[in-house]
Amino acid sequence: MGLKTPLYDTHVQQGAKIVDFGGWDMPLHYGSQIEEHHAVRRDSGMFDVSHMCIVDLSGGRVREFLRFLLANDVGRLKTSGKALYSCMLLPNGGVIDDLIVYYMSGTWYRMVVNAGTRDKDLAWIRKHAIDFDVTVAERKELAMIAVQGPNARGKAAALLPPPQQAAVLELKPFFGAPFGSWFVARTGYTGEDGFEIMIPAAEAADAWGRLLQQGVKPAGLGARDTLRLEAGMNLYGNDMDEHFHPLESGLAWTVAFEPKDRDFIGREALERAQRESGRELVGLLLEDRGVLRSHQKVLSAGATTAGLCGEVTSGTFSPTLNRSIALARVPKTSQPAVQVDIRGKLHAARIVKPPFVRHGKALIDIS
Amino acid sequence: MSNNIPSDLKYTKSHEWVRQAQNGAIEIGITDHAQSALGDLVFVEVPDVGRALSAGEACAVVESVKAASDVYSPLAGKVIANNGALASKPELLNEDPYGTGWLFRLETTGSAAVSSLMSASAYETFLAEESK
Repeated sequence: MGLKTPLYDTHVQQGAKIVDFGGWDMPLHYGSQIEEHHAVRRDSGMFDVSHMCIVDLSGGRVREFLRFLLANDVGRLKTSGKALYSCMLLPNGGVIDDLIVYYMSGTWYRMVVNAGTRDKDLAWIRKHAIDFDVTVAERKELAMIAVQGPNARGKAAALLPPPQQAAVLELKPFFGAPFGSWFVARTGYTGEDGFEIMIPAAEAADAWGRLLQQGVKPAGLGARDTLRLEAGMNLYGNDMDEHFHPLESGLAWTVAFEPKDRDFIGREALERAQRESGRELVGLLLEDRGVLRSHQKVLSAGATTAGLCGEVTSGTFSPTLNRSIALARVPKTSQPAVQVDIRGKLHAARIVKPPFVRHGKALIDIS
Repeated sequence: MSNNIPSDLKYTKSHEWVRQAQNGAIEIGITDHAQSALGDLVFVEVPDVGRALSAGEACAVVESVKAASDVYSPLAGKVIANNGALASKPELLNEDPYGTGWLFRLETTGSAAVSSLMSASAYETFLAEESK
């Protein structure tokens, strides 16, 4: 038996197929993963993401601490509630985790890290926090529900008392704010508009039930994975980990090299890596029928096994495009036409620029 | 877990079903239990007509959003038909695993005997054991 979120019983009642995910018993789907995927693209869906780890960091030097700990620069955050996506790196540039950090005040930041990396993340954060007198407090009493889709914000806002509804609908993308005991952020992992709602565990089942009444469809980890991959978003452990640095993981945009005088863990290694040609994370569209999967080998077009050039890091069937898509790590010199070894047979694929889908629309040419 | 097990079919431990057709031919598909465990199917590869199969040979692939699974030929024989509709509508396998979601038909060869396969009640017992 694994760890259970405050919504576990609700999922079971709603017919979820439960699977182990990083030690947590989580819903994979509630019947049809593809229907759940379409619900998020076309209307609204909700995910229990309470397994994710919410950490509050506080202290007089917390800003200074996070500017050292994270590859992106929290110094860019000037407005309370503003969120930033960042990697936390090892000195050699390997990615310990990817995370979101919210600027709450000059002495308080809130961070959300992955469930599967919780233990090592907290150990790493605490180890470095000591030098900055920063207090690290995990907020285990909070559950988290992601409500995603073109109609998600309106339906989620209806859960709040009328005076707060207008305010929550005014939240700009990548901003969060407290609403009573809730913290609502306009963030997500699907490529659709929506909210991620942090809520006291005791209130989670009630909120889930009210969202259901609003017509929000429960969606599991299966749909979460196909949605994030269509949106071109990385999954930690698949598309990056401690063996790869952000520049070869499609995350160069999250590394703030400016200002030059900001020292952060991993900076030196990344500056070296910048000068190498190296590898990059790209999108793949399978030209043939079939399904791309992680660890399949990528070869240059026309090559036999000698032309091995890369590997699929995440692959799936895209319900929106009705084609198979993937993220793959290949040499920067790769030509657009490649082949993928699917169970011993070579299939034609094309390198494309993610995202594949955003806001319900295909962004790549699938003809 | 969905568990429809028609009594007029035969079954394998790898979750294929076998229906006896005319002239000694047999029709093969995957069970309701199998499609339910796999989840939404998005890609199906069936064996080419004319291909000779031995018993237990991996001859078809069913892929769900989650993973790819091999389908094994329950008996030895030659493929005389395959279900082309699955190429564009793999979801037929989820919707109607014992009907429009059939995979291929075999003309059995040699001493292949349908009677050697599991009955519906034996398969039901097998599933119960497997889930323990």
